[in-house]
Amino acid sequence: MSFRNAPLAVIHDVDKDTLFTPEIRAEIDRHVAKYPPEWKQSAVMPALTLVQDHNGGWLSRELMDQVAAYLDMPEVSVYEVATFYGMYDLEPVGRHKVCVCNSISCMLGGSEELMQHIEHKYNVAPGETTADGKFTFKEFECLGACRHAPAVMVDKTYHECVTPESFDKLIKKLD
Amino acid sequence: MSDKITIEIDGRTCEAAPGEMIITVADREGISIPRFCYHEKLSIAANCRMCLVEAEQGGRPFPKPVPACATPVGDGMKVQTRSRKALDAQRGTMEFLLINHPLDCPICDQGGECELQDVSMGYGEDVSRFTERKRVVKDEDLGPLIATEMTRCIHCTRCVRFGAEIAGVRELGATGRGEDMRIGTFVAHTVAHELSGNIIDLCPVGALTSKPYRFTARAWELTAEPSIAPHDAVGSNIQLHVRNGRVMRVHPRDNEAINETWISDRDRFSYEGLNAASRLTAPMIKGDSGWAETDWQSVLHWVADGLQRVVADSGADQLGWLMAPGSTLEELYLGQKLLRGLGGRNIDSRLRQQDFSGDAADPALPWLGLPIADLEQQRAVLLIGSDIRQEQPLLAHRLRKAALAGAMVGLVNPYRVELTHPSRQLPAAPGRLAAELAAIAKAAGAGGRSSLKGLIATADSGDVHAEIAAALKQAGADGNGLVLLGALAEASPDFGLLKALAYQIADATGCRIGFLPPAANSTGAAFAGALPHRLPGARAVDVPGLDALAQLTEPRKAYVLWGIDPAHDLIDPARAVAALAGADLVVACTAFRTPSLEAVADVLLPISAFAETSGTFVNAAGDWQRFQGAVAPPGDARPGWKLLRVLGNMLELTGFEYASARDIHDALAAQCADRAPDNTPRAEYPVGTTAEAADGTLMRVGNVPIYAVDALVRAAPALQRTPLSAPLHLQLHPADAEALGLQDGDQVEVAQGPARACMPVHVSDDLARGGGRIPAAVPGSGQLGAQIGPIRVAKVSGENDQ
Ligand code: SF4
Ligand code: FES
Repeated sequence: MSFRNAPLAVIHDVDKDTLFTPEIRAEIDRHVAKYPPEWKQSAVMPALTLVQDHNGGWLSRELMDQVAAYLDMPEVSVYEVATFYGMYDLEPVGRHKVCVCNSISCMLGGSEELMQHIEHKYNVAPGETTADGKFTFKEFECLGACRHAPAVMVDKTYHECVTPESFDKLIKKLD
Repeated sequence: MSDKITIEIDGRTCEAAPGEMIITVADREGISIPRFCYHEKLSIAANCRMCLVEAEQGGRPFPKPVPACATPVGDGMKVQTRSRKALDAQRGTMEFLLINHPLDCPICDQGGECELQDVSMGYGEDVSRFTERKRVVKDEDLGPLIATEMTRCIHCTRCVRFGAEIAGVRELGATGRGEDMRIGTFVAHTVAHELSGNIIDLCPVGALTSKPYRFTARAWELTAEPSIAPHDAVGSNIQLHVRNGRVMRVHPRDNEAINETWISDRDRFSYEGLNAASRLTAPMIKGDSGWAETDWQSVLHWVADGLQRVVADSGADQLGWLMAPGSTLEELYLGQKLLRGLGGRNIDSRLRQQDFSGDAADPALPWLGLPIADLEQQRAVLLIGSDIRQEQPLLAHRLRKAALAGAMVGLVNPYRVELTHPSRQLPAAPGRLAAELAAIAKAAGAGGRSSLKGLIATADSGDVHAEIAAALKQAGADGNGLVLLGALAEASPDFGLLKALAYQIADATGCRIGFLPPAANSTGAAFAGALPHRLPGARAVDVPGLDALAQLTEPRKAYVLWGIDPAHDLIDPARAVAALAGADLVVACTAFRTPSLEAVADVLLPISAFAETSGTFVNAAGDWQRFQGAVAPPGDARPGWKLLRVLGNMLELTGFEYASARDIHDALAAQCADRAPDNTPRAEYPVGTTAEAADGTLMRVGNVPIYAVDALVRAAPALQRTPLSAPLHLQLHPADAEALGLQDGDQVEVAQGPARACMPVHVSDDLARGGGRIPAAVPGSGQLGAQIGPIRVAKVSGENDQ
């Protein structure tokens, strides 16, 4: 009896119609519909992404609990997903997210220097937000853009072959 | 799946079933493969990689070592568990596992019984090549039973899988990734499940250990004594780990037919009560200036004289005799023998029953109705009056397995029971339980005898009733349907009627019927004759004596109480205390001193508790399980059977010349040789009227919480600190609360006849309307009356109202 064959469903004591907004619910439902009914938990990642996007880029515990309730999941299963993947943030973030790839190609291509540059110039360590709240600096696992290393993702846009100078220009353009 | 295939492991030819994993076959053959994440009772995770072996199929070697726990066998497969390649892979895995694992076994509680330590002795290197810093993980507080040291965790996820698959509550999880992965609840809350302690055994390292036990002993100082768990009718096989005459901890012993490899937390942690300050360690007698210690010789003479005087002056019928159903078979047998030897008849061990109208109809030896392991195979089960997770945790686990395999589990209870599997629940106030059963009987097409006919015909069958009836019928036709009566049914003033209806439903659907005996030896008490209407071997009595309640409603001049605390172990504590207080002589044989015993008894005789005496328990399935005493009782306490033997000799009764508990067992077994449990009723159940609550009153629902069930558990501090041990309170349905003008948290005075107690209100719609749930056997409940009976509730004005 494995919870891989049949996921453990937990019915939460909440009225689902009070969770999120009707638009978010409709959007999550669209993802739920892609899976067999007993596997609606499979929609947890798009659901978290949606909820995060509507919450200024981060997930509070309450929001994760609500996703659990909406998808009839144990809360801890949602925490597992949200803590595993780098694209979910569990603390408030800056106006933008700047993700620098630290994996092998980018490292060889200069991402270590780039990160040092960011740390010193903007006075921000990986995982932190700049004092002015402009951006949150994240060290990221492979962005999958190895051929033009080093790669940086600003919000949802990829930038390749980034040097300290080109990085500064990118930041300047952000509001 | 039936065809057998042949594979070769380390040159040995082995038979295997297609689809089996290499490790299963190797285990069967006694070939050891190291492993951490694999456990035969859990799903396969294959995440530790310790079980890597070399394999080839059809002459073609697999390119890489394969995990034995997750590689299915194929015909002609050849496996090498100790080849160069396999050992290299295992050593490599070990080196990686030890990178982040502290190498400080001397200060780890698991040291000496750690799977990681053992395997690293075999596969580890003697010098670590790792010079970087090891990671450190913050501990989480999982509550009073389980200690954590998460830095030691090797991420095998056995504990996580146990929660999801066995307990059915997913509280633990693996959060984070890579170096940052952690096992925990993420939000730090107490793991609250009645089987949670099993993760201590499952954890291969010292990350999860027993909080009460840890750092009190080392594995190699302990001797393991086999025993049988004393708190429910499962009779779990356990091991007592003893050092210097003290039980240090309790572990399960494997027995697939009974407890598989699990035990409940109640069975695991109750041993703490053995060393409670409230243990009675010397015979005590009440004099003018209060309680005084005395010696066995004089106190037994005093007791013998006292009993003889009552018999001589008032007749043996003035003796009342109540024995805890968790006593050993030997004690129960000698107890009834002694009373009957004196000419008495009033003996009972059904302490939480108030309706005895079914005594004449009851089967001679009621039992579960089937072997414990067969519970899993049922396709439909109707539970009547049972909070089964609290009453019999491991039977609940078997039922859960049945439910997950698709069985219908229906419940008719005074409140909605918390379960971790799908179920059909029909909560109804105690007075309405019969009507719910009648509705199921009607839906099942039961005609009913004349007296039940009316009730069934007028019943109101809804969809759920019909669904339950249909499922029972279908399962009944296939021979795997079951109707079970539990402790809340037994405590009901309508127990006779509920039994009559249960038999009707079973008849109409072709299902088997079963009883959930309330205590470790309730079934044994029937074998031993510790009942007013049964002699040893469950033979009928010519003139039955008074049952447990009648002994108190028609007060006797003298009582013997065996293993009983009147305020907590009897169905109507207020009435019990009054009757006992008015008696001329009360002899209490007990392992614990309690205020209510001190108030009513004249002498207290210290007897051994569980683990301190040899004896026998007969479990729900009728298995007789003998056990030896593992430790000596404290102080002057003596095994109960010895006390009864000496008392029998002093009273010059015949047949008390036993040399050992074994002799007593054999004597009783000889009388039971042709007796087997059987649930066929011996007559029609008489049908009375239901006990509906009068206007303005509610029906109390006095369930016995899991950690209140007997004196030993009540004296076990860690269990008392768990969230499953709630203090005295009144639970009300929101509509009833509103009608009474009450809100969550209000203080109320509850009146039950002349009895009174104050407690806070909890509002919950788990409870059926018309009921008022007040747990029994918890501190404060001793002032109240019957576990199930009418109550009046009045608000106590608190400071807030002024
Ligand atoms: S705590 Fe123990 S059982 Fe749980 S994952 Fe870690 S090592 Fe395995
Ligand atoms: S036991 Fe096979 S991978 Fe863990």
